Amino acid sequence: MSLDEKFLSYEKLRHGMDHERYEWSMLERREPVTWPGNAPLALWINVCVEHFPLNPQSAGFKAPGNMTMPYPDLRHYTLRDYGNRVGIFRILEALDRHGFHASFAINGEVAERYPYLAQRLAEVGAELLAHGWNMDCAHSSAVDEQTERQWIRQTLAALEHLVDQPIRGWLGPARSQSSRTPELLDEAGITWCADWVNDDLPYRFRTDAGDLVNLPLSLELEDRFIINDNLHSETEYADQLIDAADFLLAEGRERGGRLLALNLHPWVIGQPHRIGQLERLFEHLYGLGDLVWSAAPSEIIAAAGFVLEGSGLGD
Amino acid sequence: MKSDPGLYGYLPWDRRPQIRWPNGARIAVWVAPNIEFYELDPPVNPQRKPWPRPAPDVTAYATRDYGNRVGHMRMMRVLDQFGIRGSVSLSTAMLTHHPEIIALVLERNWELFSHGIYNTRYTYGLSEDQERAMIIDAMQRIREYSGQHCDGYLAPALSHSEHTIDLFAEAGGTYTCDLFHDDQPTPVTTRSGKRFVSVPYSLELNDTIVYVVNKIEPRRYGEMIGRAFDRLYAEGERSGTVMCIPLHAYQVGHPHRLAAFQRALDHILSHDGVWLATGREIARHYLEHYYDQAMATMREIEESTA
Repeated sequence: MSLDEKFLSYEKLRHGMDHERYEWSMLERREPVTWPGNAPLALWINVCVEHFPLNPQSAGFKAPGNMTMPYPDLRHYTLRDYGNRVGIFRILEALDRHGFHASFAINGEVAERYPYLAQRLAEVGAELLAHGWNMDCAHSSAVDEQTERQWIRQTLAALEHLVDQPIRGWLGPARSQSSRTPELLDEAGITWCADWVNDDLPYRFRTDAGDLVNLPLSLELEDRFIINDNLHSETEYADQLIDAADFLLAEGRERGGRLLALNLHPWVIGQPHRIGQLERLFEHLYGLGDLVWSAAPSEIIAAAGFVLEGSGLGD
Repeated sequence: MKSDPGLYGYLPWDRRPQIRWPNGARIAVWVAPNIEFYELDPPVNPQRKPWPRPAPDVTAYATRDYGNRVGHMRMMRVLDQFGIRGSVSLSTAMLTHHPEIIALVLERNWELFSHGIYNTRYTYGLSEDQERAMIIDAMQRIREYSGQHCDGYLAPALSHSEHTIDLFAEAGGTYTCDLFHDDQPTPVTTRSGKRFVSVPYSLELNDTIVYVVNKIEPRRYGEMIGRAFDRLYAEGERSGTVMCIPLHAYQVGHPHRLAAFQRALDHILSHDGVWLATGREIARHYLEHYYDQAMATMREIEESTA
């Protein structure tokens, strides 16, 4: 018994990363970031607005939240749809109460199915992110290039008429990418993505075409991950996020601006027994006053010193 | 395949030599940060896939990378605050990929021990010669970079063969972290007959097992560490115990987890009889003072019940 020699050869053993997508860099060795008003903590609230088809094909892997029961899985289909009908409106009210900014990452198919909802979200004046076509369209190497390109174009086409500015931000379904997704995003006019959860601040991300910025949208701190994957209670969810906010705030005071990237799913946190805990978290964040800068993701990227080509993000 | 790994004899908790740690301490506490590199697209071992999703699994990879980019400095700062020297379970590829981190831990006089080359290269399926070569390669990398002799081993991603511990002992190692059968060091039987021990590591208090496998809340993890310590501290009055806290910067280094961890360390360090040690120091103290006695007790028990 033995393995092929390739299992003991290390071709990418070199200084830095084992790929070309970004430079190796420790957050604390970078020039500290200063947010507007010298706030130690920036707050990015993103809300995912998603459609889970009843008949998923799940090429490559099944993105979290997809159907799990034999067809027709009405329980999960409708439970996800609850978010678009009810949960999202609870979140909108909670945001509105404290004047917090949020971005909305929308599946293209949601805009097509529920134009009322898409327009309602656009009218909030928030930044919209392309969130792929639907939650069964996870980008991965199991999907061919043409299909991936088509999903990206279709998604942008469904969202672009909603807003005056072109859509520049991307969050892949399940944050998944194939090895060619970044090039395809660049080709479609996307200038930043949120998929790689390896940092607390934005950084430059290389593609064969032009560079993108990656603004990590924390997975460990999102409602779905804590509540659905880890099976923690809604009270625990709020406690953990409050601990995170307080920790980042303290770090931000000592070491330069930090970011709390809060990702929400209306079908998770929008349930009646959970929404009160999101409100408790919002009250805590609001109570921090000027120490917290609530902003759109593009503003955060710009404030961190990145100029995104073609996005009109200032100089 | 064997039904028993054959690595240790039976040594009941009520027949232990009375262990005393240096300065009369009741408990040896050691913290083992796993400083790891996971590859984006490694060759796929026939027995274990590196990542759940098709390659490149961006989320799984980025989750680990967070530890090196962000979490490490936070974790190290908390340990600095309490004067704790880490015993690093090292993916030795880190010496090449991210030497900046290794320089920081060597400045602090931390111990380096081997955790293989990459945490995405598993032992499964390697021939004995291949595994020996890998084990020696990793030990040499540590020696060349740091000047330290590699005394300890935690197999990469806890992947083992029947010979892993034999091979490490033959290559000059002193202790293994791969066995979870005890709260004290114990002699380990290897085919070379060398004096070799197990130093208790921990799965139950390992942050990755806690957060990823058992899905424990951060504040509860802090409580678990406190409870384990209280019990081992109390029992340590009879015979010194060992408590290990294995860490991963990509788990404990998240902003919602550090405060609870810090409180747990604060609790531990508020006690007098604590020996803050490294894995190597615990192994050596045990080998020097208690190994022979433990071997004799095991033989006695075996003979008296035969």
